[in-house]
Amino acid sequence: MQEQNKEINTDFEVRSLDTICVNEEQITTPAWHNLKYLAFGILFGIILIKSEVISWFRIQEMFRLQSFHMFGVIGSAVVVGAISVFIIKRFNIKTIHGEEIILPEKSFNKGQIIGGLMFGFGWAMTGACPGPLFAQLGYGATATLITIFMALIGTWFYGLIREKLPH
Amino acid sequence: MSMIELIRQPWPWYVAGPLIGLMVPALLIFGNKSLGISSSLRHVCAACIPAGISFFNYDWKKEIWNLFFVFGVFLGGIITVYYLKNDAAVVVNPGLMQELSTYGINDYSSLVPIELFNFGALFTLRGFILMVVGGFLVGFGTRYAGGCTSGHAIMGLSNLQLPSLIATISFMVGGFIMANLILPLILSL
Repeated sequence: MQEQNKEINTDFEVRSLDTICVNEEQITTPAWHNLKYLAFGILFGIILIKSEVISWFRIQEMFRLQSFHMFGVIGSAVVVGAISVFIIKRFNIKTIHGEEIILPEKSFNKGQIIGGLMFGFGWAMTGACPGPLFAQLGYGATATLITIFMALIGTWFYGLIREKLPH
Repeated sequence: MSMIELIRQPWPWYVAGPLIGLMVPALLIFGNKSLGISSSLRHVCAACIPAGISFFNYDWKKEIWNLFFVFGVFLGGIITVYYLKNDAAVVVNPGLMQELSTYGINDYSSLVPIELFNFGALFTLRGFILMVVGGFLVGFGTRYAGGCTSGHAIMGLSNLQLPSLIATISFMVGGFIMANLILPLILSL
């Protein structure tokens, strides 16, 4: 039992190396519950396409300050998200399963600057961040398969040389 | 104009932005999940090619919700094409159109410029750099930064995380440098 606990803890630590990746549900839910994430994903994909966030042209306009659209989308998303998080914290809102909502704190490391710049380059080149990549593929831009495949290679390569990089 | 016709039009930012923002509380309340997309790439690596690398040595099945979410985004794309697509050409800033025409980009039928992103273009220097190098940078950069536009810019900023603000500013600076200074050179190739 002791041994098993230790293993679980290490697993959580490794996953936590990635600041996003810290979703530890305390209660176990049946596997079909994952379908709700599928439903949210479908909704997210539709929004990303109808708002043209997946458009290479919109991304170029954003970085050339030729259109307010992308700034409006991201800005208003953050405002609504921040108000929601504030309300969740202020009124101590629980999940539908009655669980305490966990909002992970992020710590600073150099990767946010160096990796951030690298992603910025890739974003302007491909016209897509990871979410839109999957939406672009569904949209019918089959060549996005190459971009997604290379993004996987990039992620894998980061894992390979992670310990040699400044953090 | 009927409701369905209205939905088929491109959505203005003040409709789409708040809807994207609402994904944050939706995922938190329905399952205690923080919005994030780029982690899915890591989970695929962990599931398919861990290769003994410690960064991929974890139980990816615990994060499987993220793969369902991402598959949903893909399905959302298909649904949009079949039921919610408008056939009008993409409206683009005239200044940008003029600049792009000098690089031989004149097709506005798709949100993803067909002249740049197709399998044949992979064998041109320009296409290779945009798809292969660009894709690599998206994967490497987001993981090194610990998140992408959704994880840092939307979720992190909503939770008022300073590291996410630093990351978001870096994304934007990188994008500005690439789009204005480097991309014109790549497109000229």
